[in-house]
Amino acid sequence: MQTYLDFEKPIEELDLKIIELKEQNLEYPSEETITQIAEAEQLIKNIYKKIFSTITPWQKTQISRHPERPKTQDYIDNLITDFFELAGDRSFAEDKAITGGFGRFRGQSVLVLGHEKGHDTNSRIKHNFGMPKPEGYRKAIRLMKLAEQFDMPVISFVDTPGAYPGLGAEQRGQGDAIAKATECCLSLGVPIIVVIIGEGGSGGAVAIGTGNNVLMLENSIYSVISPEGCSSILWKDSSKAPEAAEALKLTAADMLKVDVIDKIIPEPLGGGHRNRSKVIEDTGNAIEEYLKALSNQHGNELKHSRQERYLQIGRNGLFSEKTSAANEALDSKFGKIREPKNFIKHPVFIGLIAIIGIAALGFYWFN
Amino acid sequence: MNWITKFVKPKLKSLLGGKKSLEIGEEAWVKCKQCQTMLYSEDLEKNLYVCPHCDLHLHIHPRLRMKHLFDEGAFKEISYPTVQLDPLNFKDKTSYKDKFKEAQRKTEMQDAFLIGFGKIQGITTTVIGMNFKFMGGSLSSAGAEAMVKAAEHAVANNTALVIFTASGGARMQENQMSLQALPKTTIAVQMVKDAKLPYIVVLTDPTTGGVTASFAMLGDVAIAEPKALIGFAGPRVIQNTVGETLPDGFQRSEFLLDHGFIDQIVHRKDLKTKLAQLLSLLLKRAA
Repeated sequence: MQTYLDFEKPIEELDLKIIELKEQNLEYPSEETITQIAEAEQLIKNIYKKIFSTITPWQKTQISRHPERPKTQDYIDNLITDFFELAGDRSFAEDKAITGGFGRFRGQSVLVLGHEKGHDTNSRIKHNFGMPKPEGYRKAIRLMKLAEQFDMPVISFVDTPGAYPGLGAEQRGQGDAIAKATECCLSLGVPIIVVIIGEGGSGGAVAIGTGNNVLMLENSIYSVISPEGCSSILWKDSSKAPEAAEALKLTAADMLKVDVIDKIIPEPLGGGHRNRSKVIEDTGNAIEEYLKALSNQHGNELKHSRQERYLQIGRNGLFSEKTSAANEALDSKFGKIREPKNFIKHPVFIGLIAIIGIAALGFYWFN
Repeated sequence: MNWITKFVKPKLKSLLGGKKSLEIGEEAWVKCKQCQTMLYSEDLEKNLYVCPHCDLHLHIHPRLRMKHLFDEGAFKEISYPTVQLDPLNFKDKTSYKDKFKEAQRKTEMQDAFLIGFGKIQGITTTVIGMNFKFMGGSLSSAGAEAMVKAAEHAVANNTALVIFTASGGARMQENQMSLQALPKTTIAVQMVKDAKLPYIVVLTDPTTGGVTASFAMLGDVAIAEPKALIGFAGPRVIQNTVGETLPDGFQRSEFLLDHGFIDQIVHRKDLKTKLAQLLSLLLKRAA
């Protein structure tokens, strides 16, 4: 049973029609049926094209959470051979919200890691909806250190609403676990490739989402807070989530603009859930490409280039050119706020335009 | 209690252009949120913003904190690189730019971070103080730059880095720029640790969210002020998830000490001595 999002409702009917047509004429489909199926498929394409031409950040948020969107386990099943699962943090428990283990990715041994949301009610409960507790992050640390010990790259899939906000989780140091996991990501001497495959929910995502390269699926989102959470805090109204999604600028395209990610992996029309094998294969190709590019870097080099990557976020073009000691002397006591130059709104510019306008009008009038 | 000297006199003083109080935009009277006593802010300032009646540690302006922490109250303030304000052009009911400028005006700070450089009982130290009254002490991209700046300064001057945290978490109006401040501030901490210099965290009320999930939990030594709220998720969020009332003292300093996440709880008036003792042990190792 497929799930259809609100804006996908017209698709549902067509999908059902296609299924019906195919079932009726299993053996020898008539010319007419083949045309009917083709027509319906074309119609679906057109509807999706229309939806995607004006897609909103809120709609993307819904796609990123789609129940049939491939999850970490699907990527592992299809991209990794000889997967050898590892469990437990060796001090408290096993947390199934983060899956991980050794495996072979296109011939090469890797350590694969990821948030797992599950695909039906039972598995969702088992994986705690992809919301890790401290032991999950500590397990991730343990696994990443193993990767370093055996000199193999880390592939990390991010797909979480956020770290679990619970009593026990706080008691066992949720903040500590996330901080240490991020620190681990930033100190590792092996390549880390991160792919945001669904939801990148805040610190819970950063903890295993800090790498040499971060790739992101076209309809995934990455945000410090969920649109629902943001709207209930800032708008004091949880129904303003669509507006919050807009304001937060959480789409892959937004992330690429500010260098938070390195590449957008395009999704099939309609989103990853419409063609799971295609999106998984394309993701595999992107990972391979980026792993290859990192193969000439080793140990500390990898660590330093990764640190540099994160230090530069937010600086490109946004910063004043002077950031050194000179800045201290020159800046006023409480610092200056440099807003982007917007000369169209500059009073001199407006004045100039006004004068030219009046002159032109006068010229026209008196001639 | 002489009402005239305590209330009217400073009012007159301020009218006549006398010395400005440290806490700009602060009321003359503050109500203690624990014992509900009305406290006169000049008394509070002398008592380091600790309630004289119930010992509650209230929010303190980092500039005042540093004045008491550094020898003879002398320290150099260090500014940090400025970033583009409001990178997302964020608008909810009000504009982020307005809130930010108001916070700057009220606190007389560049952002929620203040970097000070001076001597603590003779030991030169780089200190960061966070101000909860600057948009809830939220971590912004400028805040991350402050951490990097302070770390670089500590390494260049071969000093320890001490930070007093006070924050509700990441600044959501900057969304991704504040989220990426988590790795960035972590790198700042790594700079200090790689140079084998001490990184000491003093957790003050409140320290939650993204700040707890990054530099606040990475201290070589972690100290907390009494009864400070310290946690990742806020108590309200947890209450909504678990659907039951939280135990008394949950997520307070004492709770964290019991669960092994901090080393000591130190009263604000003793912080200077304790920090000096620790810094001396760590930095002046020879007999």
